[in-house]
Amino acid sequence: MLRNRDLTDAPEVLRIRDLVVELTGNTTAPPVLKGISFDIRRGETVCLVGESGSGKSVTSLATMGLLPKGALSVRSGQILLDGQDLLACSARQMKQKRAKNLAMIFQEPMTALNPVMKVGAQIVEVLDLHTDLSASEKRAKVIDIMEQVHLPDVARIFDSYPHQLSGGQRQRIMIAMALILEPALLIADEPTTALDVTTQKQILALIAELQARHGTAVLFITHDMGVVAEIADRVCVMRHGEILETGPIRQVLEAPHHGYTQALLGAVPSLVPRAARVLAEKPPILIAKALGKTYRSGSVFGKKTEIRASHDVNFDLSPGRTLGIVGESGSGKTTVARSIMRLIEPTAGQILLDGDDIAHLSTAAMKPQRRKLQVVFQDPFRSLNPRWTIARSLTEGPLNYGVPYDKAIAEAKRLLRIVSLPEDALKRYPHQFSGGQRQRIAIARAVMLEPEVLVADEAVSALDVSVQAQVLDLLAELQRQTGIAIIFITHDLRVAAQICDEVLVMKRGEVVEQGPAAQVLHDPQHDYTRALIHAAPGRFWDFAARTPLSA
Amino acid sequence: MAMEPNLTQKPLSLRLLSLVSPTQTGIAPFIAAFMLLAVIGLTVFSPWIATHDPLAMDPLMRLKPPSDEYLLGTDGFGRDLFSRMILGGRISLLIGCAAAVTALGLGVLIGLVAGYFRIADAIIMRMMDALMAMPSILIAIALVALNGPSIGSVIAAITIPEVPRVVRLVRSVVLTAREEPYVEAAVALGSSTPKILFQHLLPNTMAPMIVQGTYIVASAILTEALLSFLGAGISTEIPTWGNIMAEGRQYFRINPGIILWPGLLLTICVLSINLIGDAARDALDPRMKKREG
Repeated sequence: MLRNRDLTDAPEVLRIRDLVVELTGNTTAPPVLKGISFDIRRGETVCLVGESGSGKSVTSLATMGLLPKGALSVRSGQILLDGQDLLACSARQMKQKRAKNLAMIFQEPMTALNPVMKVGAQIVEVLDLHTDLSASEKRAKVIDIMEQVHLPDVARIFDSYPHQLSGGQRQRIMIAMALILEPALLIADEPTTALDVTTQKQILALIAELQARHGTAVLFITHDMGVVAEIADRVCVMRHGEILETGPIRQVLEAPHHGYTQALLGAVPSLVPRAARVLAEKPPILIAKALGKTYRSGSVFGKKTEIRASHDVNFDLSPGRTLGIVGESGSGKTTVARSIMRLIEPTAGQILLDGDDIAHLSTAAMKPQRRKLQVVFQDPFRSLNPRWTIARSLTEGPLNYGVPYDKAIAEAKRLLRIVSLPEDALKRYPHQFSGGQRQRIAIARAVMLEPEVLVADEAVSALDVSVQAQVLDLLAELQRQTGIAIIFITHDLRVAAQICDEVLVMKRGEVVEQGPAAQVLHDPQHDYTRALIHAAPGRFWDFAARTPLSA
Repeated sequence: MAMEPNLTQKPLSLRLLSLVSPTQTGIAPFIAAFMLLAVIGLTVFSPWIATHDPLAMDPLMRLKPPSDEYLLGTDGFGRDLFSRMILGGRISLLIGCAAAVTALGLGVLIGLVAGYFRIADAIIMRMMDALMAMPSILIAIALVALNGPSIGSVIAAITIPEVPRVVRLVRSVVLTAREEPYVEAAVALGSSTPKILFQHLLPNTMAPMIVQGTYIVASAILTEALLSFLGAGISTEIPTWGNIMAEGRQYFRINPGIILWPGLLLTICVLSINLIGDAARDALDPRMKKREG
């Protein structure tokens, strides 16, 4: 449920007034932060929400005194922590304050921890710098905070290296490290974005629990409206370095008054599956039968190890339909996608594409089949060759199949119009486009060959929510026009609910549940599916309709 | 997230252009380029610049100090040192460039294959390890001893030990680049393996290759000088910086200029090439520049 706490009597911990941050030495360019103001009270969680480039992270770095030197600097404004202006502090004073008075946790716990140092020793290091306890007292204190963050088998983890822990455990270590000196303010910069949903739920609950126990003020930075609905007391919506709207969570979600907030909320896909589409009577274009991939490793003499990346996957897909493959990291969903694309060779089962088994075809025999199967990848920054013009990337496929260049270019121009990009984009290079534009180019490239099946591997996961909505609309429009069949791989149940006709839920290489989207997501039969749905942040709220969802 | 990951790469040509702006690179590479051009100019136009026939001996004029007639003096056979030195630079530079081009050409081809095909990788890299385990000077001496001293065998002798280093570099670049989604997309688009190798993967290796190439030129010039100095290089009739210095060894106390001047030219040449290589590396890989502060 939405948080509904009255904290107006609690003392203010952080007060930011008219903070302006600019590019160092560049007074003509518009500032990165254009005079933002907000405050956080004791025990309160304030969420900064916004899309890429909105200035959320810059705000947190400015507060920590960690703006990149020579790149960004504070021009004017105040950052008061317990009444003291942090901007007036020397570098030495700020160093004292970090960890003691304000602490920060980051998105990627693996890179924030020292890989060659045991995690226990890394937490002890914080105490070394800021306290003069004895060694045994330090150890006791570290063990205590590690228990507070609910790490299992604390004695063993104390002596573990970061790579020996899971992502969730590493984030717990980071939280333990941040909170051991009981700082007044905790800044969390997208702390759960790199985690699976079930782990994310636990970490969010942990932050709330520790906040209640220690009365910490939390500045939480996220792009995910679901997370906001779970944990925020108040929300600040940011865009282009300005706070557009701020208010209690209920007010912002129920009655957003700024147009941008309304658009942002409207773009959040609903968890309620869309109405099932009428099944056209068409024979399936793609059938997977008992598909599996096992990785075998080990030397000639050593012990052989087998890793079953995916096992016994069965489905069939008809033209014009969308199949969602849903699962957390390591579930084998990408292995299935790569097997179908024949980027890897499956070790078991059959893939029938238009009646032909392509599971074990050679490179040469595969070539005529490839034009029926195309793929869109997750990372738009790496899926286009940075050295090639868009024209060259788009025409690569057709030229491989002997289409004359003039015809290929004409088709490329037509598709660029469909994906709403100007014709002169053809002459430009990928670095001149934003992430969303590049993803649209990647989609155009995939449909240049008029494929029968399009595999979208987390194709919208790296995009901002409003851009995500545009790309999903584009895929739906293409499907309506061309009757293409889509396999949509995602970890995001909201996205799956909105575009899939059928859903296949995977866990550790096995399919645990499979069926029409409405049925699987509305009435899940398997415990794991239920856990996944239960863990989806903000599942109790319908963002577009601005009302709670009835359970 | 406020900061986008910096995966955006401009094309090579655009990045190389930044080399031409002194504000980006500092002044050192410009001085280096000027010096190198001067040395190249001297050697290329040596037949017109030379004051004497570099091969003509004059027993009466042995080991003369610098004078108006003999700008840098004469050597033990009475040959004009200045004329010999600028002609010798021709051979040295020719060998340096030829060795670099052959080493890069072979190395890039082998490296592409090793990086892309897993089975070939194991075999090729073990062969390269074996080559790297042999001291390069020994290989060179053995090759020259087998084939006799000629420009061709000196180039081969310098090239072969350089190839494994290029192969390793290319292979490591290909290993990371082949996992890029745009390469997988090319596979999915039905591109043939040679097309993927030469059009998608090869350009990735260009930036490190340009840098590596300058280092090979520099080290090849040095190795040639060393081989000639040891007597395992080109026959002493054709002057190169190395064998001019080798001959000057015995007259060092009478006319140190015989070793000093070719040595100085060699130093300027190698230093300039290395400085230009460093500047190219900085322009092509901005991360390096940042790390150095």
